[in-house]
Amino acid sequence: MYAYVMRRVVAIIPVMAVVGIFVFLLLHLTPGDPAAIIAGDYASPADIEKIRARLGLDQPIHVQFARWVGQLAHGDLGVSIFSNLPVTKLIGQRLEPTFALCVATIILSIVIAVPLGVFAAWRAGTFVDRATMVFAVLGFSVPIFVIGYILMYVFAIELRWLPAQGYKPLADGFVPFLRSIILPSIALSTLYTALIARISRASVLEVLTEDYIRTAHAKGLSSPIVLMRHALRNAAVPIVTIIGIGIALLIGGVVVTESVFNIPGLGRLTVDAILHRDYPVIQAIILVFSGVYVFINLLADLAYTLFDPRIRY
Amino acid sequence: MGSEPRRPPPAREPGAVEVATLAAPAPAGPSPTRGRPELAARLRDYGRRYPTAVAGAIILVALALVALVAPLIAPDPVRLNPINRLRPPSGDFWFGADFLGRDVYARTIYGTRISLTVGLAVAAVSVAGGLAIGLLAGYVRWVDTVVMRVMDGVMAIPGVLLAIALISLTGAGVGNVIIAITVPEIPRVVRLVRSVVLTIREQPYVEAAVAGGTRLPKILWMHILPNTVAPLIVQATYVCASAIVIEAILSFLGAGTPPEIPSWGNIMAEGRVYVQVAPWMIFFPGVFLAVAVLAVNILGDGLRDSLDPRIARRM
Repeated sequence: MYAYVMRRVVAIIPVMAVVGIFVFLLLHLTPGDPAAIIAGDYASPADIEKIRARLGLDQPIHVQFARWVGQLAHGDLGVSIFSNLPVTKLIGQRLEPTFALCVATIILSIVIAVPLGVFAAWRAGTFVDRATMVFAVLGFSVPIFVIGYILMYVFAIELRWLPAQGYKPLADGFVPFLRSIILPSIALSTLYTALIARISRASVLEVLTEDYIRTAHAKGLSSPIVLMRHALRNAAVPIVTIIGIGIALLIGGVVVTESVFNIPGLGRLTVDAILHRDYPVIQAIILVFSGVYVFINLLADLAYTLFDPRIRY
Repeated sequence: MGSEPRRPPPAREPGAVEVATLAAPAPAGPSPTRGRPELAARLRDYGRRYPTAVAGAIILVALALVALVAPLIAPDPVRLNPINRLRPPSGDFWFGADFLGRDVYARTIYGTRISLTVGLAVAAVSVAGGLAIGLLAGYVRWVDTVVMRVMDGVMAIPGVLLAIALISLTGAGVGNVIIAITVPEIPRVVRLVRSVVLTIREQPYVEAAVAGGTRLPKILWMHILPNTVAPLIVQATYVCASAIVIEAILSFLGAGTPPEIPSWGNIMAEGRVYVQVAPWMIFFPGVFLAVAVLAVNILGDGLRDSLDPRIARRM
């Protein structure tokens, strides 16, 4: 058990190292002068030189890399070229909306998708099952911003039940906060829900053919108990896995959702950074999001041992 | 971690591939009639067994035709006509007009070209690249260690963000968009090919070929490559669907196709400000985008079911 946890934790190191090297090298592997790329199309040679000196691009590449890693080790993600503020501060300011949106979406998706998938597997071949699968394919195909605008048009512009755009921080009160993230989290959760529901159904369907399920039924247990205690628990590993992998889709979706609903989170920061060619910010955002993604998948790996005591390697 | 072979990818688990099912790519169908059944009959049979795949294929062919004959069926997509600013859908402007008086119908029809081009190009390039890297990794041990570590790292970066970063460095343009979307897709293809190679290379007939002195290139070409075809076709459709969505996302965020080229993401991005007064600018390209992605996805699901029945029962 302990060895398993340690092995998982240690396995993170090479992955994050590759992410770090990759993110660092992106700027240098791209054809052209990095300083000129960041400075943009209308920069004067003096501007380019200023950026080159400020980012240390005039030094040998291994020196740059060592300095960059050293800064990272001190929690320093660099300074934004556009706003001149430390990137950690920029990210800190934008953290709350994105975090709230993601947590709401994850809860919403799991609460809907897992029971839906289990029920569809239990009633395989019936109308409910087919409807679930149709929803799963649709949810996987209709892009988030299309869903977002449809929701916004119906519930905010036509019915006027909810605000169309913007974000109210939790400090402004719980109800306004909740109202401001309902539509974005529904839009964001469709893809994630479809993914989890599909895997839940497939995974439970496979478990339901096992002998111990028949035994459990035969000894007179009720269907809900068989489904929850025997089927779902044994089907949990693929479900937890897809919840972890799906975070990558969720992160991509956050960027879009925040743009659609005008939410001032990390996604907006990303888009603004692209428009300003603020490369230190883009670099830091990729590192942070990748780190979160890797960390959540570590948690998913560790969660396996809770669901399946056989996993001890 | 994003690195364990244990986790099932959303698409399919190549480790479960059965050689026997893959060796016969086309489902022959229950036709014990003498001689070869006619092509039309076989197609009809396939359509009955996998109706969604055929529906997806038909929609895609229709979209491809629309893209090809766009100049014949749609007016000029970039002609400005300020008098018609934000005009709602009507007999003259089927999908309405945008904030510069341009015909949204024409722009949406022309947008089909960008989406299909990007989808197909990304699928082709990532399959070709992933196949080459995957074959090498599956057969050469030291390459495998290095390549798979790099792939794990790249897969740990959310695809849309990686594409955004690449675009912000290379600048907007259709070619750059294709490259930027391909880079995050390649690791998935590599993992798929590698796992097929690792399964197949243990097969007795491959060992027999090795023992018989067949050289490596010939083994790869004759014995390994054919087994990767079926899973790669299925994977290519999913890559294509994902590429169409990501292109639209990039363009929507202003980091994709240049604004002067009409693409579905661009049209929707221009409609953002006018969503309250001119929702048609977002609605029609959005519907086209959703239908195109849906068509590719159900085609992929149908192909997966027909090429690999073992997985089909589970998903």
